[in-house]
This record gives sequence, C-alpha cells and structure tokens, in this order.
Amino acid sequence: MAEAVSVAQEPSSAQRFADAAFRRLCQLCAAAALALVVFIVLRIAISAAPALSDYGPGFLTGTTWDPNKGRYAILPEIWGTLYTSILALVLGTLFGVAAALFLAEGFLGEFVYQLLKAPGLHLHPLWSKLPARAEDALRNLVELLAAIPSVVYGLWGLFVVIPTVRPFCNWLYAHLGWIPFFSTSLAGPGVLPAVLVLSIMILPTITAIGRQALVSVPSKLRMASYGLGATRWETIIGVLLPTASRGIFGGVVLAFGRALGETMALAMLVGNANQIRLSLFSPANTLAALLANNFPEAGPRQVAVLMYAALVLLAITLVVNVAGALLVQRAAARTEGAQ
Amino acid sequence: MTTLPTSVSGPLADVDFAELEKSLQRPRTLINAALDVVVTAMTVLALIPLFSVVWMLAVRGGKKLSLAVLTQLPPAPLEAGGGFGNALLGTLVIVGLAALWTVPFGILNAVYLAQAKPEDRLATGVRFATKVLTGFPSILAGVFAYGAVVLLTGGFSALAGAVAISILMLPVVVLTAEDAIRAVPARMKEAAAGMGATEAQTVWMVLLPTALPGILTGVMLAVARAAGETAPLIFTALFSNYWLSSHGQIHLMQPTASLAVLIYNFAGMPFDNQIELAWAAALVLVLIVLALNIAGQALSRRLPE
Amino acid sequence: MQLRPLGVVALSLALAAACKESGGGSASPSTASTAAPTGDVVRLQGAGASFPAPLYLKWFKAYSSSHANVQVDYQSVGSGSGVKSFIDKTVDFGASDAAMKPEDIARVDTGVQLLPMTAGAIVVAYNLEGVKDLKLSRKAYSGIFLGKITRWNDPAVAAANPGAKLPDAPINVVVRADSSGTTFVFSKHLTAINETFAKDVGTNNMPNWPVGTRSKGNEGVTASLKSTPGSLGYIEYGYARSQGLSMASLENKSGAYVAATTAAGQAALASAVLPDDLIVWASDPEAKEAYPIVTYTWLLAYKKYGDKKKHDALIDLLDYGLTAGQKDAEALGYIPLPEAVAEKVRAATRNIRAEG
Repeated sequence: MAEAVSVAQEPSSAQRFADAAFRRLCQLCAAAALALVVFIVLRIAISAAPALSDYGPGFLTGTTWDPNKGRYAILPEIWGTLYTSILALVLGTLFGVAAALFLAEGFLGEFVYQLLKAPGLHLHPLWSKLPARAEDALRNLVELLAAIPSVVYGLWGLFVVIPTVRPFCNWLYAHLGWIPFFSTSLAGPGVLPAVLVLSIMILPTITAIGRQALVSVPSKLRMASYGLGATRWETIIGVLLPTASRGIFGGVVLAFGRALGETMALAMLVGNANQIRLSLFSPANTLAALLANNFPEAGPRQVAVLMYAALVLLAITLVVNVAGALLVQRAAARTEGAQ
Repeated sequence: MTTLPTSVSGPLADVDFAELEKSLQRPRTLINAALDVVVTAMTVLALIPLFSVVWMLAVRGGKKLSLAVLTQLPPAPLEAGGGFGNALLGTLVIVGLAALWTVPFGILNAVYLAQAKPEDRLATGVRFATKVLTGFPSILAGVFAYGAVVLLTGGFSALAGAVAISILMLPVVVLTAEDAIRAVPARMKEAAAGMGATEAQTVWMVLLPTALPGILTGVMLAVARAAGETAPLIFTALFSNYWLSSHGQIHLMQPTASLAVLIYNFAGMPFDNQIELAWAAALVLVLIVLALNIAGQALSRRLPE
Repeated sequence: MQLRPLGVVALSLALAAACKESGGGSASPSTASTAAPTGDVVRLQGAGASFPAPLYLKWFKAYSSSHANVQVDYQSVGSGSGVKSFIDKTVDFGASDAAMKPEDIARVDTGVQLLPMTAGAIVVAYNLEGVKDLKLSRKAYSGIFLGKITRWNDPAVAAANPGAKLPDAPINVVVRADSSGTTFVFSKHLTAINETFAKDVGTNNMPNWPVGTRSKGNEGVTASLKSTPGSLGYIEYGYARSQGLSMASLENKSGAYVAATTAAGQAALASAVLPDDLIVWASDPEAKEAYPIVTYTWLLAYKKYGDKKKHDALIDLLDYGLTAGQKDAEALGYIPLPEAVAEKVRAATRNIRAEG
C-alpha cells in the first residue's frame, strides 16, 4: 500500500525568508502609518502654536467669536460638536443596527421566498435566485447612502428635510415649549435637521459593518440556540448581538468619527450660531463646520486659531475613542461568547 | 399542513402536542413577531431618506442626463449645454490613485494589527492613531495636503487630491480590515500552523481570502466616501475646465476636475443650467459608486474562499 | 481587493484614451470651436474670490475657445485662500474682493499688480408677502442688522414706506455663516454709515453679527430667504435677480432712495477716484443717483513672469477682459467698468513684465 502523502511539512528556507520579510513589511507599514498620523498632528500643532500662546486654555471656555476684536473662543462649537454627534450616533446606531439585523437575518429574502412559494416558483431555476438577488439589491441600496456626496446631503437637508420637519417642530414648540429640548422655534437650519441628516450619513457605516459582523457569527452558535428552543429574537439578542458586538462596535467607532468630522453638510445645516442651547430647534455650530466656513477667507492669524480648533477636535476624537474602548472592555468581558 | 396527532402511545405519550404549535398568544412568540415588525419598519424608515435623495436628484437633474453630458466640458455661465465629462474622469483618476496606495497599505497595517500580540506597543499606538484619524475633518485633510504636496510640487494636482483623500480613506480600510481578519476563526489559523505554514503563508492563503468580504466592505465604504468629498479637493486638486489628457497622456500634476467640486461649484451659482448639471453630476456619482459596489460583490463571489 | 483599484485605473485610462479621440470637437453648438491645440499649450491657473467667478469663467472659456494654445482655469476658493495661493506662487494669478493688505503685498518678491476687472452691487433682499418696492432708510437697514429694529412695522421702516402693508411680525434676518468678501464689503458700508455698528461690530469677513440666522454662501442665504416668510438678508445682485427675490431700495448719502441698477452702480463707482495702486473703496458714495453698496473686485497678477509665453497670454487675456469681456458683465449681474477706469487698468497691465 502506498504511503499517504502529507501536505503538511516544515517550511523551506525560502519560505522562512519570505515570512520574515513579510512580517517586517507589515511592521514597517504600521510604523509608517503611525509616523504619518504623528506628522499630521505635529504640523497642525505647529500651525496652531501662535494661537496656543495667544489664547491659551481660555480658548476652550470662552463663548465669543469676534474676529474684529481679536477674541476667539470655541466652547459653543465644542458643545455643538458633541451634542450633534452623540444624538446622531444614538439615532444612527438604533436604525443602523436594526437595518443590519434585517439584512443579516435575511427577512427580505424570506419574504420573497414566501411570495414565490405561492405560485410554486420557489424551485424554478431562474426565479429561485430572486431571494438572494433581492437581498443583494437591498444591501447595495443601504451602502448607496454612503455614496451620496456631503454637499448633496446638505442641499437635501435644506430643500427637503427642513421644510418637512418645520411644521412638526413648531407644533412641538407651541405645545410643549416648556420642555428644554423644544424651547425655541425652528427658523431654518438648526440642531435637529443637522442631527437627522448626520444620522443618515453614518447609518450605512454601521449597517454595512454590523451586517458583516452578524453574518460572521458561526452558524453553529445560532443553531445551538435554536436547538435549545430559543425564538429568533431571543437568539439575536442573547447570542448574535453579543458575539458580533465587537464588530458592530468597530462600525460605531468609525461612524462616530465621521459624525465628529463631518464638514460640508453640517456647515450648511447646523445654523452656525455661536451659542449653547439645549433646544433641538436652535442653531448651533460645530468645530468642523467652523473650519469649513472660515478657512477659505482666513488670513495667517486666523489660520492659527482655526488650527487650534482642529487640534481640539482631534483631542475630542481621541478622548471619545479611549472612553469607548474602556467601555467596550468592561462590556466584552461579560458578554463575548466563545467561538 | 400536516396536523399533529392529539395523542400518541409510547415515549411521547406525555407530550402535549397542542402546546407545540406556534401561537401568537404565547408571550415569547408575540414578542418575536412584534420585533420582526419593528425591525422591518425601522429598516424601511432608514431607506426612505435614500429614496428621497435619489428622487430629488432624479427630479432636478434627471432631465439633463445624457451621453452628451458625460463627454462634454463644463459650460460657462449663461451658456447652454455642456457637461462634466472631465469631472467624471477626474473623480475616477483621483479616487483610483488614492485607493491604489491606501488599500494595500491599509491591509498590510490591518494584518500587522490583527496578528500583533496584545502587549505590542506599536500595535496599540497604531490603533490609537488610526482611531484619532477617524474624526479628521475633511477640510483639514485638504489643508494638510496643500502644505505637504502642493507647496512642495509648486502647483495643484490630482496627486495632491489623492493624498488628501487617502487620509480620509485610511482609517476606514485599516479598522474594518483588522476586524475582518480577527473574525477569522482561530481553528483555521491553528490548522494552517499545524500543517507547517509560516505566518506569511497563513495570512495570504487563509486569513485574507476568508476575511475578504469584510475587507471589501471597508474598501467600498472608503471609496464611496472618497468619491463624494469636496473639501479635501478644493485646496489640492482644485478644478479644471479642460480634459485631464492631451496628446494621449494623462497629466497627474495638473489641477483636476472632480464631480464633488463641480457639484459644489455649480450648486452655488445662480444659473439654472449649472444648478441642473450639479444635480445630474450628483446622480452620476451615486450611480458610479453603485456600479463599483456591484462589481466588487461580483468579484468577491468569483474568488474562491 | 487589489484588483479593484487597478480596474478603476484601467477604466479611467480607457476613458482617457477615448477622450483623446473625441477631445477636439463637441457636437453642442455652444462649446464652439475648441480646436485641437498645435504645439505646446500654455496653461494659466487662477484661484480666488467666488464673487467674480461666473464672469471670469465666461471670459476664460470664450478666450480659450478662440485661442487654441491657451487654456485658462479659475476656481473659487475664497479671497483669503486665493491671496494665500498667490503668495505661495501655486497659481499664476489670484482674485480678491478685498484687494490685498500691504503686509501681504510685501511678501511677494516679484511684486504685485492689482487690477480691478469688474464691479458688483450687494443688495438687501427680502421675502415679504404683498410688499414690493420696499424702501429702507440708512437708519432702518443698519438698525436691522444691528438688531435694534426687529419688527416690520417699526416706525423707522414704515416712515419710508407710506401705503405699504407692513405686518406686525419679526424681521427674520439672514446673514452669512461663512467668511466672505461680500460680507466684508457689506460690513464696511455699514461701518461707514452707522457709528454704533462701527463700534460694536465693525468691518470683517466674518463679523460677530448681533442678530440673524446664518446660512452658508450666497446660495444658502438665497435659499433661506426664499423659504422663510418675513426674512431679510444681504446677497450679491446676480443671485437676487436670477432667483427672483425682491430687493429693497436703499437711501444713499444724498438722501435719495436708489435701487440697484447698472447706472446707479456706475454712478457710485464714478465717485471713487482710482489712485495709482488701483485700490479704492466706495463705501458711502455721495452722488444722488449712486447705489450705496458697490465694490470693485481685483485680479492679482505678479509684476514679473519668468515664462514669456505665460506673460503674453496673460496680458492678452486681461486685455480681452477689459474690452470685449466687459460686454458680458451686465447679463451676468455685474457692473461694467466705467470707460475711464477700464483705460486706467489697461494702462496698469503694462506694469506686468516678462523676465528672463
């Protein structure tokens, strides 16, 4: 009897060399990426240095932006950035995860399948592919939201969102104006239109990455859960979401970053008012919008101030990410299932 | 539908078959069905904006869409006709260039991050740095590229635009690819090691192919965003009313038109022809990304897992 | 994953190759004879203010169509960025609504020649049902933008409009969210006519407006005005005209209420004598027929160009703009330069020399 040939063998010296070279290459790329980010941040810091020395920490706590009097402060912008981004993140995550679940569980495919079953087409060579195609189409539609340019979202917000929500908001203001969130009327651009559009902009990120994470959960976990008698939703909430939570959270991190840094659409929709108000209908301002609106005309002195604001934005991104990572570490210890 | 027997002898004699039938009167079933409805409703709600935007684009720009518009140069104010052919080409070139270096670089980074030990400080640093980059405002990417490339080369160029765009693409590619590679089941890595594969071989033959759908998702998201960003391009690639090529060569070191900047320019002009072209350009941009998405999915289906 | 970028580049290369064939002739009658260039193409790149962009684009396109070897491009990046690019020498010429500050001029070693190429009016547009031909006195419109006059039926507004049905409603003021040359000129005018404004707010690209919702760009303000009843704001004349917004007649220094017309604009410009450096502001013209808010916009050129071909093309282009090009101004919403001014600017172009 011939001896079974084994594919398994020790790596040859050429393969060892290639391995070492590849590992070194990856390490170099990582170092280069780190160097790139450090370089970028340093350049911004250097541009910001004059403003840092002129204005110091008062820049972060003052509320006046008056170029004529040389007084600059960004507390309203910091507030606006956090307020709009967090609200948009909550809304975007809610709907994004829902859409991710809808896609991952294949509801549309199942529905189309049931539709095909009635006339008996579900085993037809051509028609039987329809459920899968429908799912693909739906996936592409959601990812299409990511393709719409920022400027178009801004214009859509101005021409469609604001006129649509204005009557509703003013009704809320008229009848429930004592609630701080509804305490002003919606004159046009403001926090709410900005949050609505921003949440739609970040939704495809959460959905696409969340769907990918949910689909990557090994089916044996799902089957085990069903085998124990769990319903679909008990499985989703008890098994799938916790297992996929790391991937979903990755999507949330990217989405939050996008929300913090979104420039064009917010510059057109947030109202650019340097004030701090809890009302959802009042205009506000964000750091990125401040940059977008002031940079084209900025003289050298103002550029330094704007770079200072940019540094603050990067710092906020860093802080938020660190806080998020800590949160996830705590939660993951409890919920992450075995693979 | 077969009906269950009401009674049976033998081991199943004690089972109450009526209780095994699905009924909405059970709280768990009801919650299940209710959540089905809720999640469907939320998905539909999430898609309404998409249809609203595409509807707006189609209504306002659809009538301008024609082959002529895709092959002609931008019109001057108060001039009829014209198109955005050069902007279309410019977007493809700039995004293509950016992807050309961002995707391989990002994936190699992701491989390093995914394979690194938890104590590895370089990996922690890179992960941090990449996360900081996620919140980078797009206009800042343009400003940075202006200082780094435009001033160095003495002029605006498609290359500078690509550099600015790649800063925005990189974190998306790196973070999604890292998560995708990490999600590959450990048993596959162990099996490869058990067969005598080196780490590099494991990465190339096992990890990357398995993680491909996830990596592709990240790349598509990055490309979609890159194609639609205006602010980074205004200070780097600027704009041009002429074709990128002359005498058969593509000039990468000239100011380059792009759909995003064209939309920004034309939407801000008080001339109807320009405004309509801006909407048409937006529609074309969305369709291009859709086409790339579909192509990407078809590709990943072809490649063996 | 590495296939897609290659595919994109391949696709674009294919498109480019296709373009090469179709590059010359375009079927549309409007993009007339863009004949294929013979020999080297001279490219001129400009960047700067968005205010003159439509006019410049029209000139440059017409010029390039009739001069096969010259391609001129212009992109609006804002006056400030335009000046910066001009100082950095990343462009061949710049454009600014606010001319250039002396300290910036000093930073350009090759010297700077400022050339006013056209002018425009800024209007106070409004959206008020049933009220056409609103007249605003100096006290009224400066008070509105100071936040002192807040209702349409305020006596200061009603006094100049007897017979108009002014409602007892708040005036929704709309101002610019982004810094701009338009704002610079408007605030400069308000500073000139109102002492409180000069003290509290002042002249700036982006002053600290005490009142008003902010919208981005001329087009943003226009959209806000069109969709908000009872609103009032300042925009460039071209936008108000093309979008059909009502414009207020403003009281000028002589006490006459003047609407923004070409004649009124030119009367205002005529009152401002152009000094040798060609920088002048007509912040508060005295002539009776003058419209009070007009401004020149400047093209920034270096005094020395190393490349003779570029130099010659630029001079020819400027000449075109100052002669035949002025005929395009009115249709696009600008004020054609008065004859005397155009002559003076043409003379100034002779200061631009080719070097080496």
